[in-house]
Amino acid sequence: MQDEYVLELEHIRKEYGENVVLNDVSLKVKPGEIYALLGENGAGKSTLMNILFGMTVIRDTGGYGGSIKVSGQEMKFIAPTDALAAGIGMVHQEFMLIPGFTIAENIKLGREETNPTVLSRIFGKSMEQLDREKMDQDARRSLDAIGMSIEEHVMVAGLPVGYMQFVEIAREIDKLNIKLLVFDEPTAVLTESEASKLLEVMQLIASKGIAIIFITHRLSEVMEVAKTMTVLRDGELVASKPIAETSMTEIAELMVGRAVSSTVDSEGASTDLENADVVVEVRDLHVAMPGETVHGATFDVRRGEIFGIGGLAGQGKVGIANGINGLFPAHGTVTVFGQELNFSKLGDALHKGISFVSEDRRGVGLLLEESIAHNIVFRAMTINREYLRNYGGMKLLNQRQIDNYADKMIELLDIRCYSKKQRVGTLSGGNQQKVCLAAALTMKPQLLIVSEPTRGIDIGAKELILDYLAKLRREEGLTIIMISSELSELRSICDRIAIVADGKIAGILQPDASDADFGLAMSAALK
Amino acid sequence: MTISKREAPSFLQVAQKTLSDFGLPRIIIMSTFILLLVLSWVNGMNVPSLFGDVLRRWGMFGILVLAMVPGIRCGIGPNFGVTVGITGGLLGAVLSVEMRYIGMFDFIAHNPTLFGLTGAFVAIIIGVSVATVMGILYGMLLNKVKGSEMAVSVYVGFSVVNLFNMVWFLIPLTASILLFPAGGQGLRLLFNLRDDFGGVLNNLGQFRIYFGEHNSMNVPTGLLVVFFICCICMWLFTKSRLGMMMTAAGSNPEYARASGINVEKMRILGTTISTALGALGIIVYAQSFGFIQLYNAPQWMGFLLVAAVLIGGASIRRARVFDVLLGTFMLQGILTIALPLINVMLPDVPALPEILRLIITNGIILYALSKAKGG
Repeated sequence: MQDEYVLELEHIRKEYGENVVLNDVSLKVKPGEIYALLGENGAGKSTLMNILFGMTVIRDTGGYGGSIKVSGQEMKFIAPTDALAAGIGMVHQEFMLIPGFTIAENIKLGREETNPTVLSRIFGKSMEQLDREKMDQDARRSLDAIGMSIEEHVMVAGLPVGYMQFVEIAREIDKLNIKLLVFDEPTAVLTESEASKLLEVMQLIASKGIAIIFITHRLSEVMEVAKTMTVLRDGELVASKPIAETSMTEIAELMVGRAVSSTVDSEGASTDLENADVVVEVRDLHVAMPGETVHGATFDVRRGEIFGIGGLAGQGKVGIANGINGLFPAHGTVTVFGQELNFSKLGDALHKGISFVSEDRRGVGLLLEESIAHNIVFRAMTINREYLRNYGGMKLLNQRQIDNYADKMIELLDIRCYSKKQRVGTLSGGNQQKVCLAAALTMKPQLLIVSEPTRGIDIGAKELILDYLAKLRREEGLTIIMISSELSELRSICDRIAIVADGKIAGILQPDASDADFGLAMSAALK
Repeated sequence: MTISKREAPSFLQVAQKTLSDFGLPRIIIMSTFILLLVLSWVNGMNVPSLFGDVLRRWGMFGILVLAMVPGIRCGIGPNFGVTVGITGGLLGAVLSVEMRYIGMFDFIAHNPTLFGLTGAFVAIIIGVSVATVMGILYGMLLNKVKGSEMAVSVYVGFSVVNLFNMVWFLIPLTASILLFPAGGQGLRLLFNLRDDFGGVLNNLGQFRIYFGEHNSMNVPTGLLVVFFICCICMWLFTKSRLGMMMTAAGSNPEYARASGINVEKMRILGTTISTALGALGIIVYAQSFGFIQLYNAPQWMGFLLVAAVLIGGASIRRARVFDVLLGTFMLQGILTIALPLINVMLPDVPALPEILRLIITNGIILYALSKAKGG
């Protein structure tokens, strides 16, 4: 029995119209195995999972080729319920929990334990009374199975995000015949400590014989927990290997299809920075951003420098950027190229030559309903009054100029789209981020602030964005402040890195400082 | 760097997407319209004349429906409270009639067209000014109730209608055509614009197209020209810097704020334009109708306008001028043709046309609201 596969996908092929999105993809997953499914955005991972779950979108667009076997039995799923009945579960990225219900109620939702009552004898099963004791026991068993000590009758509303994720998992585990669980980027919304807890839980689940398909962008997580991995690229299976026989660099190479330079070339940069004048002075900055409060940050940025700001989630690194750009109430003194910012004036930072690429791409960064072209020029048009043309006294959009410029930026930043008129909401995360960056540069800023520029985007787009930032500094001498949770990313392109802890700057380090120093700064022990 | 563009979608995909963008309800409404045309032809009705009526009602309702566009674009959603502006417009019309009565326009009495146009113009000036002031206050109110604008706007509309019921009753005017004929106090429920600006735009440059001896279609040129000019102005506004800022404030307030746009001001701007267009629209409507109805007459008008723009393809978050043109034409087309047709086909059920009208308009609103996310 051990050698039998719980899931076999053979020669899966899928076309949307004339586009082949999956071509001859085969996977075999053993019971109790954590199987990593990797690939850039648009590589075909989601389509493969949609096929596996019998999502109606697949059938509506002409079905698929190839076969699916669960525990050796050929299956043809026509609806998501079929997949569930066959013992395949999914942990959703967005939580599907009811806030006003307790944890136990959420776990047992749709599979409640009931006792017959007088009414139910007359009106049928739906009038039966809930057997709360039995439900609590079941919920407890599932929670224990994933090592969660939280009380099962706590309300879901108000739980930290991480806990909600675990409740979701417990709900999937509670299903009796569960054989395979799919985790679709489960760690994307979690903090680092929650993520590592999740990985532990995954290993625990796998040890009970349930197979896991793990979709993620974080390669370090794959190296940590997965046993086997498969890389998809442009709908083709590129490689399938045991993790033990590969390395992070190799996986990254497989995903993008070209060699990844681990550090961006920063030649000719830091040598003369020592003598460059200070152009950004931040003094005692306080920002009231919920969850990211800043209590008195003070630092200087020199001309033509990439200044990194790192630190753990919730310590205030994101708050600094949002405060400077006036998105949350702030006070303190910020001087940029000799001009002091007035926080009480809306959009003052924009008028003083600061461009901001927000970490909240879809919320703050873009107009999802509008075209790529309009997103790129919008702020340049409203703030700098560019891309307008005078038609007999009326200033209207200069559509031709906008289109030409958008084409140029699309080419420059390799924004994958079929037209500059495509709605930004339909682009993938990485391409949306490139649009944000293009929009920020269109403002011709003196200072560019980028916050979490690579969050949730694929390796190819990530490389491109980091390379482009380095190039901007190198070739145009642009001063950049970059905020990121990924220390390795900061270390690859920044000249200096400030670590924020507890809303203050805990230390400013060189990128080649030791891991120990960074660790100390993050825990606010370095003075 | 290699440039790898995604393949452009094939013709079939584009056709499919266009069709699905167009939407099932619009296809249904459009086929109903064509079906009605065929049915009325089969029943021996005067189709060209009916079609002329459709054109007239298109221009008549057009500007009022256009008032939905700035409301939706600035983020307050479909402006059910456009009755605020309509009421302002009615006040302008009433005052214009009074001014004519006391002889203020006598100096151009020799030219009836100019006389009528002056009356309409004065009504518009007064109506739009009153509506602008009310629109600003209304916009400020809507800023206080973000998230439930639709419900609030419905009740603001009702309240203003009832407030003006008192105004119509107490306003000290002298024109006999306005006052209750039997003496007593207050303005009439309905009065004729024959001696004022009734039909002045419709008759401006109107012509008839003859189909055979008995069938002809009347084209109200002046009315349609005014409607199209308003549409063009609105379209140009959406392409201007201010218009883009307003649209951004409506579609993503967070983004707008990060772009240094005062979202509150933009919402007030959109509400005010919408309200002012309501005032202009009702005067254009009234001159075409030939009468003015006061008191509770405008109470439910907002719903009809919202239905028109929604069936044209707008959502409660997005609206284009094209949606107004298409939606007004289809909705008014159906109502104009269906009602006489039903009278011909089912002469024994007198209330049916009105029932059908209510079912169609409210059905469309219900459909659109069920599609809407949030709000």
